[in-house]
Amino acid sequence: MSDTSFIRTEMLPAKTPPVGQRGVVKWLRENLFAGPMNTILTLLGLIAVYYLLAWSVPWVMRGIWDADTLQDCRRLTIERYGEGASVACWAMISERWHQFMFGFYPQDLYWRPVLAFGLLFAALAPVLYYGERRTNLKLIGAVAVLTLVFMGETWKLADIAPKATPALASNSSLVIGFAVALFGLLLATAAAAPRKLTWFTAIYPLLGFFLLWGGSVWGPLGVAMGFAILGIVFVLLQGRLGVVVAAGAGVLVAAIWWLGVQTVATTALHSAMPMGLYSVNSDVFGGFLLSFVIGVSAISMSLPIGILLALGRRSDMILVKTLSVGFIEFVRGVPLITMLFTASLLLQYFLPPRSNFDLILRVIILVTLFASAYIAEVIRGGLAALPRGQYEAADALGLDYWQAQRLIVMPQALKIAIPGIVSSFIGLFKDTTLVALVGLADPLTGITRIVRADINWKNIYWEPYVFVGAIFFAVCFGMSRYSMYLEKKLKTDHR
Amino acid sequence: MAEASRKMQVSDEVAIQITGMNKWYGQFHVLRDINMTVNRGERIVICGPSGSGKSTLIRCINRLEEHQQGQIIVDGTELTSDLKNIDKVRSEVGMVFQHFNLFPHLTILENLTLAPIWVRKTPRKEAEEVAMHYLSKVKIPEQAHKYPGQLSGGQQQRVAIARSLCMKPRIMLFDEPTSALDPEMIKEVLDTMIELAEEGMTMLCVTHEMGFAQAVANRVIFMDQGQIVEQNEPKEFFNNPQSERTKLFLSQILGH
Repeated sequence: MSDTSFIRTEMLPAKTPPVGQRGVVKWLRENLFAGPMNTILTLLGLIAVYYLLAWSVPWVMRGIWDADTLQDCRRLTIERYGEGASVACWAMISERWHQFMFGFYPQDLYWRPVLAFGLLFAALAPVLYYGERRTNLKLIGAVAVLTLVFMGETWKLADIAPKATPALASNSSLVIGFAVALFGLLLATAAAAPRKLTWFTAIYPLLGFFLLWGGSVWGPLGVAMGFAILGIVFVLLQGRLGVVVAAGAGVLVAAIWWLGVQTVATTALHSAMPMGLYSVNSDVFGGFLLSFVIGVSAISMSLPIGILLALGRRSDMILVKTLSVGFIEFVRGVPLITMLFTASLLLQYFLPPRSNFDLILRVIILVTLFASAYIAEVIRGGLAALPRGQYEAADALGLDYWQAQRLIVMPQALKIAIPGIVSSFIGLFKDTTLVALVGLADPLTGITRIVRADINWKNIYWEPYVFVGAIFFAVCFGMSRYSMYLEKKLKTDHR
Repeated sequence: MAEASRKMQVSDEVAIQITGMNKWYGQFHVLRDINMTVNRGERIVICGPSGSGKSTLIRCINRLEEHQQGQIIVDGTELTSDLKNIDKVRSEVGMVFQHFNLFPHLTILENLTLAPIWVRKTPRKEAEEVAMHYLSKVKIPEQAHKYPGQLSGGQQQRVAIARSLCMKPRIMLFDEPTSALDPEMIKEVLDTMIELAEEGMTMLCVTHEMGFAQAVANRVIFMDQGQIVEQNEPKEFFNNPQSERTKLFLSQILGH
């Protein structure tokens, strides 16, 4: 028989790999003890981790919680752990946590930011976990319970029943009743028709604004009316004038309403039927309340603006393209701090006299514009990674520009850009601490400075930073994990 | 096949009319004075060396490429820069690409129903029924809820054909539909195309599958350097080519 001829009479069955080439043993050998050098590095790494933990864990875990002043803390440390011991003084946090959370927001109104924060998750759930009924239910249920518990806790802290303007929310039972009814409604919607929950997402910005700043209920309703007008005009004109012109006309009519008619209408309504919550001024906002207000608003607005800028930059229309490129390059070339100073000082000069444009609102607008330039570039990366064939297939099927963008291009480009978008968002959220530079009380610099100005906590150094840092880490890590979940969920290529 | 070809009637009605069409990429003259009439029910195979402009030609027919001179009239609608006309032509003309170009983020069924729902405004349920009908026709109804990435190349190309058919096109363009496929999968795609031809679909097909050309085409067009060099019935074209360039090309591709 010649060597070149071979005929298989039976096909071989699949076998499992040999012991030592699979499971934990293989992983250990490949990743930790691959050779002498690798083994030494593994051992050195373990030693470094050990020392780090041996130093930090006792400091955190043995920390003093039951003291009134820093001196008290030092005394208790020596009493409990002997001379020379170094432990954290967490008592500062148990006394001042509310300032880190709410700044100088009136204590008897703490329930409002707490409720607004709880409802934020209910508003985000249908977007973040689109089409996942059980996750939505679980999330909203958990948030409802926690929110109600915390609302109760903050009342104990204030030690008085909540005050409010006439008609709405005159006592705590009414407020609790309102919160329970709202969460009940949300849960029922999540159970019966989860897609309808996005309606709540749509009205949340105004509801959140109303809860945080208070004032007449007619103000936010007037703003909502403007959006309704925008929508109606758009729908009426879209068929005849196309998407862009119709949207422009809608914005124009809505702007006329907002700038001209709305104030008159809402003032009239308010005098006829006064309803609302105590008005809270922007200058008492501080701590994580401030970070979240700025961060969440800027994140949710910079994504759509970023998408439009990215599309504009790739547009064939020379004017649109030039404006987009100019905006993106200008904003990316200017430090955020410059823009914050612009927000606090310069913007006031350009606005009509006597118009008192809220500082937080100004900061939100500029942080949003700043973030949207970065988001636009990240999304442009996603668009560039999309094969040409996808555009061609969409065109060949007769989809128009906006349909192709919405149904084919954006879902894929955004998926590619998720890691970049989320790291921009994480950066943006951490950058909210920079508002300390324009006199707002951010949790890191602003509140810490205030706490240390107290004679009782004068020399405290590490604890506030560790505390604030830990909360920032938790939020940013959460965003990062969510992006990984999303990438996995949207993975359809099965490579 | 002989019986089948009797069904494949060519009518006198004009489906596509191209007159004096020229196209440039910058300074490069890709399509030169193209004149061509396609009647309803015709099956035309376009072949030629790479870079000869054959793909560009059929991509001009649904305006994926813009022509700079001359006239293209598809189903009575002239292609100009008027977006309304372009969208009208595109919804009447189906196209199948070399690399399938399925939408990877949508399931097979969603790929098929997307255009009917958004362009034709068909109700979802009806669109899904039509989609399932065409999936059965290309013999993969069981894959409806998978994603394109889970299918073989041949299956993906058949889905792409079904996706075009869901728009009920009057003309189908094929741009090298089998060039990216393994030899074993070419047949299943060609079978689908032959079936389509037998039902009287007007087809323009850029391909090097000469067996397919002989079996279903009623005309073969040979292109080189952006111009139509020779066209004839398949039998005449293969057995008795006239131009030297055609002879050389045929000897190259049929030689081994």
